[in-house]
Amino acid sequence: MTSTSPTEQGEAHVAPQADHGDPARTWIGRIAEGRAWLFLAGLIICFEVWSRLSFGATFVLNPFNVQSIAIFAVAPLLLATGQTFVIISGGIDLSLGFIMGLAAVVAAHATNMAGAAIPLPLAMLAGILAAVLVAGVPGIINGLLISRLRIPPFIGTLGMFGVARGAAYLLAGGTTVPVQNSWFALLGNGKFHGVPYLVMITAIFVVVMHYILSQTRFGQHNYAIGANVQAARRAGIDIRGHILRLYMLSAMCAGLGGALYAARFTAGAAQAGEPLLLDSVAAVVIGGASLFGGSGTIFGTVAGALVIAVIQYGLVFVNVEPFWQFIAVGLVIIISVLIDQAQRRFSGARQDE
Amino acid sequence: MNSSEQTTPLLEVRHLSKHFGAVQALNDFSMAVRPGEVVALAGDNGAGKTTLIKAISGVFQPTAGEILLRGQPVTFATPQEAREKGIETIYQDLALADNLSIGANIFLGREPMRKAFGFLPVLDRKAMAVAAKQTMGRLDFHVSRLEAPVSNFSGGQRQAVAIGRAVYWDAQILIMDEPTAALGVPEQRKVISLIHQLKAQGRGVIFISHNLQDIFAVSDRIVVLRRGVQAGERKISETNHDEVVKLMVGG
Repeated sequence: MTSTSPTEQGEAHVAPQADHGDPARTWIGRIAEGRAWLFLAGLIICFEVWSRLSFGATFVLNPFNVQSIAIFAVAPLLLATGQTFVIISGGIDLSLGFIMGLAAVVAAHATNMAGAAIPLPLAMLAGILAAVLVAGVPGIINGLLISRLRIPPFIGTLGMFGVARGAAYLLAGGTTVPVQNSWFALLGNGKFHGVPYLVMITAIFVVVMHYILSQTRFGQHNYAIGANVQAARRAGIDIRGHILRLYMLSAMCAGLGGALYAARFTAGAAQAGEPLLLDSVAAVVIGGASLFGGSGTIFGTVAGALVIAVIQYGLVFVNVEPFWQFIAVGLVIIISVLIDQAQRRFSGARQDE
Repeated sequence: MNSSEQTTPLLEVRHLSKHFGAVQALNDFSMAVRPGEVVALAGDNGAGKTTLIKAISGVFQPTAGEILLRGQPVTFATPQEAREKGIETIYQDLALADNLSIGANIFLGREPMRKAFGFLPVLDRKAMAVAAKQTMGRLDFHVSRLEAPVSNFSGGQRQAVAIGRAVYWDAQILIMDEPTAALGVPEQRKVISLIHQLKAQGRGVIFISHNLQDIFAVSDRIVVLRRGVQAGERKISETNHDEVVKLMVGG
């Protein structure tokens, strides 16, 4: 304590220094950000070489393969886009798989019922709309449980997983519900210039979701909440309202997924999304999002979903026993998280000078 | 010093009391902050500093007494209202979203939008970056990487971002709760220099700190709280560490 003349120290003018980016750090960050696309490229090259060596045939240049992979990726990707929003906010939605099943059953029933009264194309639209709206209901309940009653997302959506599962099976009467609607079947299996309608719809949907996440206040607040809820609250963001809309949005993504499932298989099944839930989480994580919240992108998730689809389809294509798929996807998830953590350790250590 | 006694205070607190049940956290407390004045608030833990700033920043209503802004009595139902009237609180635990840029943090909750292709509303990141650059420039803080998330910056720089946000939204009163507590010594000095900038811009600052050295470096006056009552008020130029410590502990 030397300063009895305070002004002396007070007038010492030390401005915070200009900040200079560390190029090495930026590089590692970029690689970590784009790792899903690197994985995807690596996998495609790998399968291409494998396929040529074993069968003398091309893998990726075969349009049938590309189409199949795209179709394969549609359902997990629809769940994963909603899941991306939820995971960025620091939550998780475990109910998506059975909300998708519920929506598939609702889509089948609604299309059939409407088909008796109105023209088939309108009945198809009514079925899809009904599926998406009904899916929103468990989403709203999830949102209320998490935002109002402060139930952790993991538990709240786990409960809803059970509720949606039971509701879907009850509604389906324990079996699958066939759809009698030629338009709906065409939507699920038709193509335009070689591109399946399902892939087109999903592509448009993904672009819209990317817009919402990256260009709107809703998306921006989602990132802020995932990084620091306290800061977001102090900045005047309506956290409760946001969480409610967030879980409704993710459930409605699953609703669309269920409707498209019913179109593809011309039947609604309660177990439609059962194996897809963990794939959706995996796609988000491989796509570069952190389960701690605050980071991730829709296009990263697209790459993540494609990585999973390429592994699943590719291994079948090169005639490997299907059980290897699980191992391969599991390894990719682990490697992806390791890269994420390495990058965090590298860039997270701030200099406090 | 421009803290002449005759100017209307930016903020005045008169006979403020706050009771929590039988506990008197704050009792008949009065103080004033004039434009361009830094008033330090000192006191031991539990002396009522936090209660006072929470009452001023709208976190809760005082039991009795009044708050005047430029001579006009005001009441705040929420922190939001206090912020709209120009009272901004800067918390020691840095209320920033680490994954967002400086601009995005400044505008958090009130992001500017523009129309892409003439119809599609999108976040106006360019406007945010420009405002960030200008605002931080006013605080003599020059950043090259406006797109980088604030987690890339040091503690003092992040504190500057929090202050920058208040300055951008034209806060006239800044309440700074231990702004230097989490920082290393060089960073503390930067924050002190930031407070000098705020003072030069004619804003009022309420500066809460345990560090007497920091208090003596920036403040014009010091108000000491003890067990919820005002234990004394001194001009910094007319007091010293020993006297302040005595006021704090009641010696």
